[in-house]
Amino acid sequence: MMLPSVAAIAVFVYGFVGWTGYVSLTRWNDVLPDYTWAGLRAYRDLFDAVRFRIDIVNTVKFTLAFLTGCLGLGFSLAVLLDRRTKVEPVFRTLFLAPLAISFIVTGVVWRWLLNPGSAQLGSVGINLLLDRAHLGFLKTGWYTDPRIGILAVALAAIWQLSGYTMALYLAGLRSIPDELREAAHVDGAGDWQLHRYVLIPLLQPITLSAVIILGHISLKIFDLVVAMTGPGPGFSSDVPAFFMFDTTFRGNHFAQGAAIAEILLVLVALLTVPYLVYSTRTEVER
Amino acid sequence: MIAHRAARPGTAGQGRGSSQAARILVGAALVLAAAFYLLPFYVMVVTSMKSFAEVSLARMWALPSGLSFASFAQAWQGNPAHGQRGLDANFLNSVKLTVPATVLSAWLGSMNGYVLAKWRFRGADIVFPAILFGMFIPYQSVLIPLVQTLQRIGLYGTLQGLILVHVVYGIPITTLIFRNYYATVPNELVEAGTMDGAGLWGIYQRIMIPLSPPAFVVAAIWQFTSIWNDFLFGVTVTSQPDVQPITVALNNLAGSFVVEWNVQMGGALLAALPTLLVYVLLGRYFMRGLMAGSLKG
Repeated sequence: MMLPSVAAIAVFVYGFVGWTGYVSLTRWNDVLPDYTWAGLRAYRDLFDAVRFRIDIVNTVKFTLAFLTGCLGLGFSLAVLLDRRTKVEPVFRTLFLAPLAISFIVTGVVWRWLLNPGSAQLGSVGINLLLDRAHLGFLKTGWYTDPRIGILAVALAAIWQLSGYTMALYLAGLRSIPDELREAAHVDGAGDWQLHRYVLIPLLQPITLSAVIILGHISLKIFDLVVAMTGPGPGFSSDVPAFFMFDTTFRGNHFAQGAAIAEILLVLVALLTVPYLVYSTRTEVER
Repeated sequence: MIAHRAARPGTAGQGRGSSQAARILVGAALVLAAAFYLLPFYVMVVTSMKSFAEVSLARMWALPSGLSFASFAQAWQGNPAHGQRGLDANFLNSVKLTVPATVLSAWLGSMNGYVLAKWRFRGADIVFPAILFGMFIPYQSVLIPLVQTLQRIGLYGTLQGLILVHVVYGIPITTLIFRNYYATVPNELVEAGTMDGAGLWGIYQRIMIPLSPPAFVVAAIWQFTSIWNDFLFGVTVTSQPDVQPITVALNNLAGSFVVEWNVQMGGALLAALPTLLVYVLLGRYFMRGLMAGSLKG
């Protein structure tokens, strides 16, 4: 009964991953396949390539900004919504709504919002809002400024996915029994101490799974970069997933593209496999 | 929480005063956050309601002077005189692709979930996480063989090819959703079925399927949303504009310099509408899929 699915996954996941690994060890860097053995050459060339080094730095920057933003904003919103009020469902629905739309839509809209404008046209989007609020000194070129680049993409990604961490934390906060809060209160803990010393430590498993899920999304980020910025000036918003697509399907450098894909796969596996094994094992014991 | 309780009538006046202030602060923070989340939706809706004459940059935050659906019409039908394609065919492609792929992957997931939850076979502890890993992999690591294989079997560049891809890569998440759901079905039901002489298939058809609608809704909503929103498979597997799903077409529309912002925003709203509608109408089930995705059951 499971056979068709198991066979499909064996071929389309494991078979194809292995095939890609093989491609990465060949000389296939043209339209027509060339399976001549080249060893680790594609990987060595990749680590020497300026673009790939920039991409790695961008991925680190993006991941740090994206994780900090999602965890910080998600946790704050969850704490604010933890008081069950009449308007709470309205806010919760709104904070989660971006999750329902595609990265492409998000990218198209945020490209417009973070459009830097120009000398002739004047300020546009967020910059225009900053002007109006007399916060003009905060204006920047956003994704057109090489110093910011990928961080502008991270802002859009935080907008889209922080609702997810909010939902995780909110579920976590509500599973903590009220008696615990009351006990802390009786012991003289204020709201701040309650959160810092009681709730945040209790929510640590949620933080861990959020870091793993969001971290693997950030390693794979692609659609948003395509729709919002492309590689940007001096590759300032380029990421490995985009480099892979670009070099493989536009440049026909199949071996190089395969090597990038395998590096991404290993990074994702390092992050998710321990978590996967741990979660499925504890579930069986439960 | 605590401040909230202190605000009940009968508590000390001082406590009430400080909690009142706290409540106003919380409210203000929530409104500020709401503004951040609403901003892109606001701009998308407002801009797409404007006529081209009105889309001046200085007025981009202002409301339109009247309701104009011309931008939607142009995004939908295109503007052949300027070589701009409409999104109508692509919207339809996305429907034709998403519906069968959703149904098929949910059905496969339910069979897998049933076997994994109720028939502990040798090696299941390895097979289950091995299937789940399929939902985490960066799809870049399968694209090259995928394109070659689809070319060889004649499905490259077709909607059927794209459906096949979405069904296969949808198996992990649907399997997870159904396995967790069937794990809550009492084993006694399965045993009773065995006693009545029903086998693997009989129990699935007569006992599990009738119990499954809630899990089908969760899996279907999840798959509908992710397949509708997919871009990477769409852009890799389909190269002809008349076969492409809406996300790919929207990206092409937005990437072309001749298309005005109001039309781009109209197109973005069209692409976002189906999944937003599903979210607003069936948000509860959407949430469950979201939680399942973090392996939290």
